[in-house]
Amino acid sequence: MASPIPVTLIGGYLGAGKTTLVNHLLREREGRRIAVLVNDFGELPIDDALIESRDGTLLQLAGGCVCCSFGHDLMAALQQMLALQPRPEHILIETSGVALPGAVARTLGLLAGLRLDAVLVLADAETVRERAADRYVGELVREQLQQADLLLLNKTDLLPEAALAPLRDWCATAAPRARVIATQQARLAPALLFGEPAGAAAPRRAGAMIDARALFDSLSLEFEHAVDLQALAEALAALPLLRAKGLMRDRDGRMRSLQLVGTRRALAEAAHAAAQPGRLVCIALRGELPAERIRALVARCAC
Amino acid sequence: MKTTIFPARKIITMNPARPLATHVAVRDGRILGVGALDELAGWGPYTLDDRLAAKVLMPGLVEGHSHLMEGAFWRFVYCGFFDRRDPDGTLWPGAKSLDAVLQRLSDAQAALPDATTPLAGWGFDPIYFDNRRCTREDLDRVSTTRPVGMVHASVHIINCNSAALAAIGWLRTGIDHPGVPLGADGLPTGELKGPEAMMQVAAVLGMDRAVLAGDDAALRAFSRLCVRAGVTTATDLASPLPDAAVDMMLKVTAGDDFPTRIVPLLRLLGAPVEGVERAAALRERSSDRLRLGRIKMVADGSIQGFSARLRWPGYYNGAPNGLWYMAPEQMGQALGLALQHGLQVHTHTNGDEATELLLELMEQALREHPTPDHRFTLQHCQLADAAQYRRMKALGMCVNLFANHHFYWGDEHLRLTVGPERATRMNACATALAAGVPFAIHSDAPITPLAPLFTAWCAVHRLTASGRTLGEHERIGVADALRAITLGAAWTLKLDAEIGSIECGKRADFCVLDDDPLAVPNMALKDLPVWGVVQDGRVFAAADLPTG
Repeated sequence: MASPIPVTLIGGYLGAGKTTLVNHLLREREGRRIAVLVNDFGELPIDDALIESRDGTLLQLAGGCVCCSFGHDLMAALQQMLALQPRPEHILIETSGVALPGAVARTLGLLAGLRLDAVLVLADAETVRERAADRYVGELVREQLQQADLLLLNKTDLLPEAALAPLRDWCATAAPRARVIATQQARLAPALLFGEPAGAAAPRRAGAMIDARALFDSLSLEFEHAVDLQALAEALAALPLLRAKGLMRDRDGRMRSLQLVGTRRALAEAAHAAAQPGRLVCIALRGELPAERIRALVARCAC
Repeated sequence: MKTTIFPARKIITMNPARPLATHVAVRDGRILGVGALDELAGWGPYTLDDRLAAKVLMPGLVEGHSHLMEGAFWRFVYCGFFDRRDPDGTLWPGAKSLDAVLQRLSDAQAALPDATTPLAGWGFDPIYFDNRRCTREDLDRVSTTRPVGMVHASVHIINCNSAALAAIGWLRTGIDHPGVPLGADGLPTGELKGPEAMMQVAAVLGMDRAVLAGDDAALRAFSRLCVRAGVTTATDLASPLPDAAVDMMLKVTAGDDFPTRIVPLLRLLGAPVEGVERAAALRERSSDRLRLGRIKMVADGSIQGFSARLRWPGYYNGAPNGLWYMAPEQMGQALGLALQHGLQVHTHTNGDEATELLLELMEQALREHPTPDHRFTLQHCQLADAAQYRRMKALGMCVNLFANHHFYWGDEHLRLTVGPERATRMNACATALAAGVPFAIHSDAPITPLAPLFTAWCAVHRLTASGRTLGEHERIGVADALRAITLGAAWTLKLDAEIGSIECGKRADFCVLDDDPLAVPNMALKDLPVWGVVQDGRVFAAADLPTG
């Protein structure tokens, strides 16, 4: 059986920059075949330049990507994506501004062949605190934030410099499970959502504005020994990592993969269980990567 | 120019200048005049049509909130607790126990070609069985070989058997979803709650969205139900109205044999600019019997499903507050744009917080785009209080209240959802009347039966299924209730210049009754036999309708 398709939920209240992020990720997809599900083709549309053809609710995009508006019927749209040939490598779901990403996440569990990779919630740095206190939608906005694995604090350029630190502190409380990343125009390094490009030599679009290496630090480890993967995953989740991905021999001798986004972690039997060295890649914001602690953890969890 | 004069035992016109009459003259599908025969003879030569001579005529009834789905559901097995009449006139007795429901499904298998064809039912409501939940084991008694399932009266829950679960690969452990309760064995119990959990099994059962949205056959079945209920104009509230559906509806409704004026509203899901543009384009495609160009928005969920947005202090049983289905900013933008384009918006607000929000948004939109006589309408609006009605009046809004709900779920509202005090103010017809808010009352068919005379009875008596009068002070008189299901509903659709009363110049749309609603004991209002309708001057007797 093919390995499940990773799904990233892109949530957050109206106007936080969800569609801007989707457009950005489609432009910076680095050869990946991405399927995007949007609640509706809204007023901030998918870039015309990316669209090759349109058939009702399905747009064919450059590079084998597709975009589908699901309206009321997310399940039907997901089934349509699962039936695509070739299969998408990654699915992005842009939820409606009033959706609770946690509820959408549980819906994913009803379909075989999908794996929730991360819940990313965007917040408009200028207005999020006001929204979170709104009489009508405050409770909803607070719940959205609480459900985030990654919180994109967007439009920080509209904020006076001195306001950013207090806002980050506020976010730490409002989104206790999330790693917070400040962005402008939702320009997130795609590697943070998709992992490293499949081919190491994947073409980099000329003039690409984001270079993950400039904003993030990463650490790559290889090791021969088996580890207590459960213990390692829990310990890694407690570190300020944005993302970690690994494939290693677990304490029972089987090869398992580890996917970690923020504090969300998923372990799975590796499709190809051939003996090979354990590998672990960790990504954190520049200057926040605790490389020595990660090395020590891997050693401590050895068995 | 052919004139037909219909003598009748009594004509209730809803026109205060001439409230009662004995004859109505019809020309080109419109009312030439109403009065005594010698008055009408002044219009020139006429043919006397005696078919309605022993009948009582009312303006054709207007159902301001229904769904074509009612027409689609009747191809499945009716599993409801109350008696209900199908489009062909057959009365299906209510199934009064779970065993009776299962027996009915078992019996329906006889008509199926083999042991694997799916079997689907609708209208199931376990609240009348002490909330004893139906399980897949129960439905396995109907069949272990074919998928069997039934959708609840609320249309938000399905119960299905093991074969239906197996068909979608759900007869397994490890499912983790709030809409899929698990039994002690870790397998789904067969109860599936909410659209995501229901959809796959619904498709297996043949109840996919396209079917329920209403096809040609469903539209015709729906129109036969309308004739049997005395309805000449009915809404479909609402659908995405793809071009193919509009083409189909234009074609079917244009038929000489089609007896109903259909008013489908466009469901706005997001993207207000595109939605309003689409509604404006649809308006141009309207025909006499298909009236397009109105918008429906949904602000929140349902009170009995605990998904409606309530103001403080919230749900009586402490359930967390409900959900917003659209962002306030988008609703506000849509209201403003629709005002600018002269398009009407109907908004579903069940809880009083949703109502409050819409009042606020409407006030803002009107400040920016002052518009006389917009008649934007709140649909259901079940929990609004007197202050909110006064505000609706000040803003020029209308309301369409869910009077039937009181009968079917009033006891639950008292016990569980909003508690004894607020339950008495739900669907506050008398308050609307006192505040001067133009109002209609509705069935939300297929949630409750399409039968405006029953709806009027509900508003007059406010009886619950258990026989309790819930909110004596909100009861209204028969005359006011009859106005709500004719002129009142027509007003909320901005069609009151054409329909809703019997007077010169209006459409010749009549509800034809065997007895007089103003003379029968008001407890009998719901049982008043409907003979049929006259629609656009064409006579449709319920007994002569083709069967589907």
